[in-house]
Amino acid sequence: MSPETMTLFSPKMAARFDALVEKYPVRRSALVPMLLYAQDEIGYLSDAVIAEVAERIGITELDVRNVATYYSMLRFKPAGKYNVQVCTNISCMLRGAYDLYERFQEELGIGHKGVTRDGMFSLEEVECIGACCWAPAIQVNYDFHDELTAEHVSGILETYRGRAKAEGTAR
Amino acid sequence: MADVTFTVDGKKLTAPAGMLLIDACRKAGIEIPAFCYYPGLSLQAACRMCVVRQEKVPKLQTACTTTVAEGQMFTTESPEIAQARKATIELLLGNHPLDCPVCDAGGECELQDMTFKYGAGESLYAEAKQHREEQQWSPAVYYDRPRCILCYRCIRMCGEGMDVWALGVQNRGVGSVIAPNSTAADGQTGQLDCEQCGMCIDVCPVGALTSGSYRYKTRPWEMKHVSTVCTHCADGCKVTLGVRQVNDGSEIVRADNRDKSGINNDFLCAKGRFGFDFVESAERLAKPLVRNVAGKLEPATWEHALRVAATKLKEVRDGRGGAAIGVIGSNQTTNEENYLLQKFARTVLETNNIDHERTTDYAAFARALAGHKEKAVSLRDIAAAPAILLAGGDPTEEHPLLAWELRTNVRLNRARLYIANSKSIKLERQARAVQGLPPNGYKDLTAILDRNESEFAKAVMAEESLVIIFGQEFRGAAVETLVAWGLARGNVRFAYLGDHANSRGAADMGLFPALLPGYVPVSEPGVFAEYAGLSQTAGKSLSEMLAAADSGELGGLLVVGANPVAALGVSPAALKNTFVIVQDIFLTETAALADVVFPAASLYEKAGTVTNTFGDVQLVKKAADHAGVKPDFEILVRLAGSMGVDVKTLVPFGKGGVTADLGQSRGAQSGEADRHGVWLASNYLEPKLSPFDPLATLDEIARLVPGYNLDRINLFGGNDVRTEPGFVPVSSLAAAGSDTVVPAHDTLFTSATLGRFSPALNELQQHQTHELAESAAD
Amino acid sequence: MPRLVSHPDEVKVVSKRFGMGAANIDRYIELGGYESAKKCLAQGPEWIIEEMKSSSLRGRGGAGFPTGLKWSFVPKQSAKPKYVLVNGDESEPGTCKDHLIFLHDPHAVIEGTIIAGLAIGAKTGFIYLRGEYRYLLDIMEKAVADAYAKGFLGKNIFGAGNETTGTEFQIITQSGAGAYEVGEESALMESLEGKRGVPRIKPPFPAVVGLYGGPTVINNAETIATVPHVIEMGGAAFAAIGSPRNGGTRLFSISGHVQRPGVYELPMGYNLKKMIYEVGGGIRGGRTLKAVVPGGSSTPVLLPEEIENLGMDFDQVGKAGSMLGSGGVVVIDDQTCIVEFALRTISFYQHESCGWCIPCREGTDWLKKSLTRFHAGYGVAKDIDNIQYLAENMMGRTFCPLGDAAAMPTLGFVKKFRKEFEEHLNGKPCPFAKHVELAVV
Repeated sequence: MSPETMTLFSPKMAARFDALVEKYPVRRSALVPMLLYAQDEIGYLSDAVIAEVAERIGITELDVRNVATYYSMLRFKPAGKYNVQVCTNISCMLRGAYDLYERFQEELGIGHKGVTRDGMFSLEEVECIGACCWAPAIQVNYDFHDELTAEHVSGILETYRGRAKAEGTAR
Repeated sequence: MADVTFTVDGKKLTAPAGMLLIDACRKAGIEIPAFCYYPGLSLQAACRMCVVRQEKVPKLQTACTTTVAEGQMFTTESPEIAQARKATIELLLGNHPLDCPVCDAGGECELQDMTFKYGAGESLYAEAKQHREEQQWSPAVYYDRPRCILCYRCIRMCGEGMDVWALGVQNRGVGSVIAPNSTAADGQTGQLDCEQCGMCIDVCPVGALTSGSYRYKTRPWEMKHVSTVCTHCADGCKVTLGVRQVNDGSEIVRADNRDKSGINNDFLCAKGRFGFDFVESAERLAKPLVRNVAGKLEPATWEHALRVAATKLKEVRDGRGGAAIGVIGSNQTTNEENYLLQKFARTVLETNNIDHERTTDYAAFARALAGHKEKAVSLRDIAAAPAILLAGGDPTEEHPLLAWELRTNVRLNRARLYIANSKSIKLERQARAVQGLPPNGYKDLTAILDRNESEFAKAVMAEESLVIIFGQEFRGAAVETLVAWGLARGNVRFAYLGDHANSRGAADMGLFPALLPGYVPVSEPGVFAEYAGLSQTAGKSLSEMLAAADSGELGGLLVVGANPVAALGVSPAALKNTFVIVQDIFLTETAALADVVFPAASLYEKAGTVTNTFGDVQLVKKAADHAGVKPDFEILVRLAGSMGVDVKTLVPFGKGGVTADLGQSRGAQSGEADRHGVWLASNYLEPKLSPFDPLATLDEIARLVPGYNLDRINLFGGNDVRTEPGFVPVSSLAAAGSDTVVPAHDTLFTSATLGRFSPALNELQQHQTHELAESAAD
Repeated sequence: MPRLVSHPDEVKVVSKRFGMGAANIDRYIELGGYESAKKCLAQGPEWIIEEMKSSSLRGRGGAGFPTGLKWSFVPKQSAKPKYVLVNGDESEPGTCKDHLIFLHDPHAVIEGTIIAGLAIGAKTGFIYLRGEYRYLLDIMEKAVADAYAKGFLGKNIFGAGNETTGTEFQIITQSGAGAYEVGEESALMESLEGKRGVPRIKPPFPAVVGLYGGPTVINNAETIATVPHVIEMGGAAFAAIGSPRNGGTRLFSISGHVQRPGVYELPMGYNLKKMIYEVGGGIRGGRTLKAVVPGGSSTPVLLPEEIENLGMDFDQVGKAGSMLGSGGVVVIDDQTCIVEFALRTISFYQHESCGWCIPCREGTDWLKKSLTRFHAGYGVAKDIDNIQYLAENMMGRTFCPLGDAAAMPTLGFVKKFRKEFEEHLNGKPCPFAKHVELAVV
């Protein structure tokens, strides 16, 4: 993309994307990670994000949507600043994942794919996240928290609220 | 590939090595069911219906992805296979709504047929079904998600077949949906920004994709299905009209490509599929009109209108001579009508003042090919040609079927397409090499090739054989130069792109002031010497006739299915001293100035033949009926009769002295060709008992018109047959009488007068204009 | 941070550098790293493939295909570039071994990739990690950058030649974005090409036509991480650790109701009962073993009596009617509702089915709906047969193995625990877990 082109992304991310499309033998190989990184920065895949990604890769928006809607981590509506993903798959389920998930629902007052009113948290019941031996486990955005019990829930949420506050003051 | 022998269900079969098992079986008459497999499109192996047992292979194999090799053994029907197919159908029916009684596809549904065959009669399913609201994607296309079985035919047809790529699959698992490429302003319903061809609807095996013009109108078994030829462009697609009886005749409810047996194979465009509704237009003429003393056109009986017209024509002919009468024919009427019209003009009206709105210089093409046989290609030849040079034209817009054939040939046969054009056209995406030309640079094309310098020229010149398809940019001398260049090279064949459904037929049938049918000069009429009273002097061309009318030299003008007033921008005053008779479907600008107007049948309401721009002749069958109208053929015969002519001299009906008017011509029979009738007709044995039977005239055309000695058994069997334009003997060449050639340049959604009266085409045009504006705004 | 565990029975080969800071390249070198790659560079492809064949190392992703044999299928000459593809899309429920490899020993993955590339004559390797493993991707990317900095990757790897005579090998890392199906080899290639993760029609197989149409070797991350060790110790020595035709050790992810869940490296053929009771420390809370899923969620469940003398290798578990799969041992105690377990398993496959083919797309959905209703207490007797009928009719009929992966465990649960299904009938309360409300399906 030429520098004068308008972009939705931060200069750093835009530069990263410029490099990403050159990284592979085929430009389109950048699509899946680009969508994920775009979502990390913008929060979700808006129509505008899809349009820009399509342009950067050189494919149609339809093509981008076909691919984007396939992958479960990609979303088309905003999530919370911290997206809590509770694994309830078998290994986690056996060690109390449903209790954990219920506690998150109670603490946050939201259900599956819900977002708290302040936009701080969203909650998702997810499939196996590859932490079966340290079950039950969750991810908050990309951070893993494992060997949890319902008692850990409020502490985890407090940690992130604190982090948001710290960031807010830092700004 | 070398042939291999393998065994299917105990039968030894032979097929080329590497052929797909499903194709090899189907060729041998062994039907293997499949939803996702579609010949010519990429393989999916998704529906799992075509599973077969291959010896020594542990799992059932999909016949759509298995290629045949020597010595293989297959079983395609067994209890195990039947169970697998039954289970697959049971699984599909789990979420598929059983709304068959109201579904458009009910009765024509592949899922129904397979359920019937494999007997998944009992539903094991006790759960709630997935439901999603139906979506309208365009005026033409609706999508009903729950009915969709995700065979992906539509996606592939749109992408691979049409090169439009407007459909995709989104989400995954049981949430998967087919999705269109554009988002509506509300951000909710997807919209289709595409060519609106409706091919996706055609290939949908179930009722998931339905047509805006047909949905919920009727049941398939309540229609007669009549295969005929599309009335819109010059490609001549076979179209099947679904016709239903109504109070004032019979009504066309649907047009599609039902049996895919025509020259168009799988293809049909938006005009063919949706543009039939002009037939039912409220503005259609349904009664003859005669100008009254107050100067107003008022409805009249046929008898009265015919009498007025005949009396006036006779009066002018007998008083001022045939030279005071002009005749203008049509690009959309049948060959028989065109032939009859010129014969009527020349023998009854005693004039060679006959012409048509020339949109293509076919006369120059015939002149250029004179004496060189087998140098013109049929559309089928193009579909199989290894190398094609497309000079001018924009087939995607103006010849959708040709564009389809070119794309398909490139995609499936790796044909090499070369394009020389003054503008950028979509087919360049399939081209090996492209040569840009200035708008007036077409005449230099042969010189560019001869110089053999550019990559384009080198590639074209390296071809051992070549088909040159050229557009209306080439006229007169340019046509002759291009053809002469090709003839000199050898192994070059040609096609010339024209406009309307029977422009080629109008030219072939001699709607020219100086040329008789088959481009035979009036000065040397040859076999046409049998025309009583034929003048050997060339008549006036269309523009000369109009000029003559303006200067008061033309006492009468008969216009059949043409609108010269609008086409040539004639001032209404120019015709004020001429008695004008018009036969047309609508009250055109020309008809509005006429003294007598006869309401004519459309191509969908009559029988006969038409010739597409590639010289392929096809049978037109009568599908619909509209109260009050008559085919132009019948109007002409009645007009001649009213003038006191023995109509037997015009139409050679009633062989062996058998005469009886059995009413309208044949063609209303629907469905399968009547084999016995086909045989009789093809051997000239079927008596044409009515003077209104155009096929009597076809007999005369075959007898007299060079190049039209057609393969009748194929013609009457519903196939396209070749003409041979290289028949004109060089010795008899004469100037055609030059006149302005005005190409129509109809697009995907316009079709001359007919398009103006088609709400469906107008709506599609608006939708696409809107989509275009939307994407431009993005 | 995932807890590391250990047990005296472990034979640490792949995991020998876990917890030793080997993500640092210098530390990795200090621990003997990259020597195998250098050796392979010197010895050449035929030697590598012979070593791999003699190691009888079998693919750790689940199918257990012999690695050396797989590599030998790649044509020597190819008009299109060849590729090595590392499958780090670890998504099979019950499996978390690659997680530790990426965390503790990323250079082993790089080194294994280089060796695979040398073996087949590829110049480029891809390491694909599931999107959820972002922090591991960061570690992997740092490791790749470090390897480039050291000259272990690039135009002239290990500086063994010069710009023209040297051997080129590049590594490109890639992130997924949430899709179990992408763990299927051809679906992973599709994903890497920027497409929906739908598997490809086979043949052609990846060894002939793979990524970007070039011949491709695709191996599980654990398989690749094992390669340098095979080279280091010699194929025969590696094979000797395991059982016949099942060379070496593998990482078993032991999870569920054991006292000490964790990833343990044990010799192939290690007894499953010992794995649960000794390595895993037995069933927690003094309960008894009800069942065990031996190789990740797609493998049919085994009963206590079936594991008495069961050695955990591909052949023995296969003979016992299940599969070694990805080595995810999920231990289920006597207080667990098997219907709920079956429901949770099928829910996963319903969620992850790509939707391409009818039997998998519709079958997983139907099974999930039926089991949801059944577990909620609204089952009827006919349902049990229906569930079995559906699963049987998915088996072997789907486009890719995901359909089998959903059907096989379902069949196992229904056949082996039919009585427990029957106990759920007629609105009786679930004898075990608290019921979830009837889900709106």
